[in-house]
Amino acid sequence: MLRVELEILKDWIRPASRVLDLGCGDGTLLEALTASHNIEGYGLEIDPDRITACVQRGVNVIETDINLGLGHFQDDSFDTVVMTNSLQALLRPDRTLAEMLRVGKECVVTFPNFGNIQARAYLGLRGRMPVTKQLSYQWYDTPNIHFCTIRDFEVLCRDLNIRILDRATVASNPVSEQLMGIWPNLFAQTAIYHLSKPPTGLSSSDSQNSPPTTP
Amino acid sequence: MTTPFPANSVGLVTPHTIHFEEPLELACGRVLPHYQLMVETYGELNHAATNAVLICHALSGHHHAAGYHSPEDRKPGWWDNYIGPGKAIDTNRFFVVALNNIGGCHGSTGPRTENLATGKPWGRDFPPLRARDWVHSQARLAAKLGINQWAAVVGGSLGGMNAMRWALEYPDRVRHCVVIASAMKLSAQNIAFNELARSAIKSDPDFHDGDYLSHDTLPRQGLALARMIGHVTYLSDELMGTRFGRELRQGTFERGMEQPIEFQVESYLRHQGDVFSEVFDANTYLLMTKILDYFDLAREYDDDPVTAFRHALSKFLVISFTSDWRFSPERSREIVDALIAANRDVVYANIESNLGHDAFLLPNARYEAVFKSYMDNVARESEQLLRNAG
Repeated sequence: MLRVELEILKDWIRPASRVLDLGCGDGTLLEALTASHNIEGYGLEIDPDRITACVQRGVNVIETDINLGLGHFQDDSFDTVVMTNSLQALLRPDRTLAEMLRVGKECVVTFPNFGNIQARAYLGLRGRMPVTKQLSYQWYDTPNIHFCTIRDFEVLCRDLNIRILDRATVASNPVSEQLMGIWPNLFAQTAIYHLSKPPTGLSSSDSQNSPPTTP
Repeated sequence: MTTPFPANSVGLVTPHTIHFEEPLELACGRVLPHYQLMVETYGELNHAATNAVLICHALSGHHHAAGYHSPEDRKPGWWDNYIGPGKAIDTNRFFVVALNNIGGCHGSTGPRTENLATGKPWGRDFPPLRARDWVHSQARLAAKLGINQWAAVVGGSLGGMNAMRWALEYPDRVRHCVVIASAMKLSAQNIAFNELARSAIKSDPDFHDGDYLSHDTLPRQGLALARMIGHVTYLSDELMGTRFGRELRQGTFERGMEQPIEFQVESYLRHQGDVFSEVFDANTYLLMTKILDYFDLAREYDDDPVTAFRHALSKFLVISFTSDWRFSPERSREIVDALIAANRDVVYANIESNLGHDAFLLPNARYEAVFKSYMDNVARESEQLLRNAG
């Protein structure tokens, strides 16, 4: 994950809180949050080499297939459930999101924005599935099977009655960074969301679902 | 000079008998007035005693976990794959303590050893034990060796239960608890397999209700059958398929030929049973299987493993194997879930293997990578504590 993503994400994690990281990779994020926020963190990962890397870092890694759900965890057993750059690799992102909000009081989700102009241009002009530095796989060997755009994601949040507390976006260059403020779905390379369950007592129709302005 | 042992072996080792004169009060209410433990150690204890690792053996295990007893030995100790210089439990960095538990039949006080009150072997009169009795006897061993706190208590299967009990009985004396292919309690199916084994032993006419030593005989048949039953459950269907398949050791199915047929797997199992029945004690087997059956980590903690683990202060490494159906990955995952809910540090890996329960004893690159990575951190921590001690 990018350093700038980490800096944004850090603001949404409370010190000494319990954090579950889905698809924790080599444990970099949990290690950083433990150092900066003294969190009690656990990471779920399925890749053997990444699990070993986590062990080497001293990160609490639990071998788990996230696609099978989070049935091992009680409701609200974590303060924050984080998932960076894994949403697009899930079998059913909608179900996992719902599970994350069951297990965590709040969630942080980051994903590559497929509505990005580079992706659009790649497909629109070259007529081929986008292959970028960030997403360097070919269409047939990619683990990323459920790409979405910022707009797609917010529609899903509305449908699942998920409350968007905050949104941040990251661009790949200074020009995009300027334009991203106006057209996030066109210029953001990565989207970072801070989510929670709807406030109790509100039905889905009147819950607060409009995204906040981009910081 | 060339040594007859591999370079990454602890080499020649000698077991020691350590005597304990202080009576040991057992969970069953009886008292062992004195007892002895058969112990092997590998590596060196540093002067602040921060690098000690306790190895807890499984059902049929003993003190000989690594190395060789003589240059002629064909096979090293039972966990030599993971204990030695540069191995997961690195004897260049750790002081490793392996013992035969009380109730065992490899030199520690058990049904085979003499009951000084009667002048005869304990036999069937040996008191029933619980895992916590082992823990208490091991705690005294630690004291005798000058070990105030284990860097890690490590065990597979029944040994994993032993290790978890340590973490609950003496929380401040265990820094890391390594639980491999184990469970917080046995399932009904698992108890059933143990009862089959016990029935096999008890139905041997030579068993004499456990008093076979007075009759100058041994229930070899029964013990061999018990081992055969156990052995089948420690392997996987796939492994037996690839290792033996339907291959015949003798006979033929050809028409017109009437010959006794023996499958390879039959001969293999019989051999395993026969060898085992020569070296193991039937009363010990009964006792050990009951320790397994009676173990219930959370019994004294309102049957809530989360409450139980809240008493632990150590960090945990939990490992299971995909094809282990005797101590399935689900059982390990229950341990992990309880530890997470209890806010304890834990690492969990479910190792892909087709070797069944026995996988925890056998070489496996991924198992070794996880195990060694974890233990390397434990070693670093031990060395840091040593530096802090000055």
